[in-house]
Amino acid sequence: MIEVEQLTKTFVVRRGRLRRERHVVEAVRGISFTVARGELLGYLGPNGAGKSTTIKMLTGILVPSSGRVQVAGLDPSRRRVQLAQRIGAMFGQRVQLWWDLPLADSFELLRHIYRVPADRHRANLARFREVLELDPFLQTPVRQLSLGQRIRGELTAAMLHDPELLFLDEPTIGLDVVAKQRVRDFLIEINRERGVTVLLTTHDLGDIERLCTRLLVIDHGTLIWDGGIADLKARYGGERTLVVDLEEPAAPLDVEGAEVERVEGPRQWLRFRGPAAELTTRVAATARLVDLQIAEPDIEEIVRRIYSSGG
Amino acid sequence: MLLWHRLVGAQVRSQLQYRISFVLDLVGAFLISFVDFLAVLVIFHNVLRLGTWNVHEVALLYALSTISFAFTDLLVGHLDQFPQKIRDGNFDILLARPRGTLFQVVASDFQLRRLGRAVQGVAVLVFALDGLQLHWTVGRLAMLLVTIPSAVVIFASVWVVGSCLAFWTTDGGEFTNAFTYGGTFLAQYPIDILSSWLRRFLAYIVPLAFVAYFPALYILDKPDPLGLPRALEFAAPFVALVGVGVARTAWRFAVRHYRSAGG
Repeated sequence: MIEVEQLTKTFVVRRGRLRRERHVVEAVRGISFTVARGELLGYLGPNGAGKSTTIKMLTGILVPSSGRVQVAGLDPSRRRVQLAQRIGAMFGQRVQLWWDLPLADSFELLRHIYRVPADRHRANLARFREVLELDPFLQTPVRQLSLGQRIRGELTAAMLHDPELLFLDEPTIGLDVVAKQRVRDFLIEINRERGVTVLLTTHDLGDIERLCTRLLVIDHGTLIWDGGIADLKARYGGERTLVVDLEEPAAPLDVEGAEVERVEGPRQWLRFRGPAAELTTRVAATARLVDLQIAEPDIEEIVRRIYSSGG
Repeated sequence: MLLWHRLVGAQVRSQLQYRISFVLDLVGAFLISFVDFLAVLVIFHNVLRLGTWNVHEVALLYALSTISFAFTDLLVGHLDQFPQKIRDGNFDILLARPRGTLFQVVASDFQLRRLGRAVQGVAVLVFALDGLQLHWTVGRLAMLLVTIPSAVVIFASVWVVGSCLAFWTTDGGEFTNAFTYGGTFLAQYPIDILSSWLRRFLAYIVPLAFVAYFPALYILDKPDPLGLPRALEFAAPFVALVGVGVARTAWRFAVRHYRSAGG
């Protein structure tokens, strides 16, 4: 479905007001990967790592500086219009619906933009209305929708023309738990029932864990991980941090199964693996605790760990 | 064309839903543009002629330019907000759709209230024709009917070319406005009162002299105070065609630049 070989994108940035200096920034540096039909994979990395630039090259928005890309058998930058007909894209922070029109009108306009036959459109819309529960706000102008409602609208908009491949940029950003779950269920359904290949970028570890079987991690424009979630977690994500507040400052605690990472006054950070309950008991037995919390490694943290270990 | 009709139709329907607000918008657009014409009247309150032009002749120029610009504004006025689309990245969404980008930009926002300016232009046209008491020949009528669509196309081409700058500067909006809104303003007056470099600029670079000045010379059967060839009076439709070509090329070039440089 997607074949990427030595893909590179460089930008020329000019800095300074008077003496403009030219800087060449390599946003994506020679990445290669392939995606099979029907995969649901996550694409992550810190801000500015090159995620959006990659997706823009895959959708034909940007022309690569060098390297080879094939999406659905087409060269995206040369066959932008043809490819657009076969893929769907949703950018979480962008609005592709018509701001002043009711949601239903936007869908109708998209039907004409993508030349979808009326009966096909009706069947798709009926299905998405049910899964994403759109009916309560179908006649509301988009500007009056809540974020969660709008994202559900945007997802529908991206899927109405039966794309084979769906690009989602931060589809769950800013959503509450319920809305997030609804979006995830929807993605699983279209992936399983319609065989749609999905590539999503996200900062949300929950999205990755519940949705994806495979993960691409990019940092500083280089692909630093391409593999399964389980492998990744086993290697980098298994450790958590117990943050304890003691009654008074003390020497680093010596507790079995944990290692003190940092000490700041009465607060200490302990890295550990396995269940937290036993460790907590042990800590409580050696020192007088005021408060404690457990920090899960977020995706940024995992990425940092992968990066510092050089992939 | 069919798609344009649908895109625009949906927006017009939603704008007409709030009748009172729409009517107020329309009246507002009418009144604001009417102030422009007041300026013309103020000038002629103090002088009888502007160069060789009397008040009704200038009113004809004004009406041709205003009516044409009003329709241009109605059709492609959204280009005004185009630099914003580049800046916030929403242009990417248009590139991800299976349609031409320029088409999508101009069809994405259609404000019917901009017709208010056209209403004003028609009112001034009535004032001009009433004062001129022309004998209407087929030629004059045809010139009037051909001039307005040609002028709309000329204005639109200038606007599109100007908007292309947004792909490089991301906030060149004001610069472009100097040519579009500023251009209409100049086209409302006879160009022979302008300094020669500005006149040449308007006749040959940004071809706004073809919007009203040359066609008006024909309609008024007035010798060109500048003594330019009479053939120019019939050139508007051809200038419009060249304009479309230039605008298309400029837009394509700009989009290609955007896609390789990434905005």
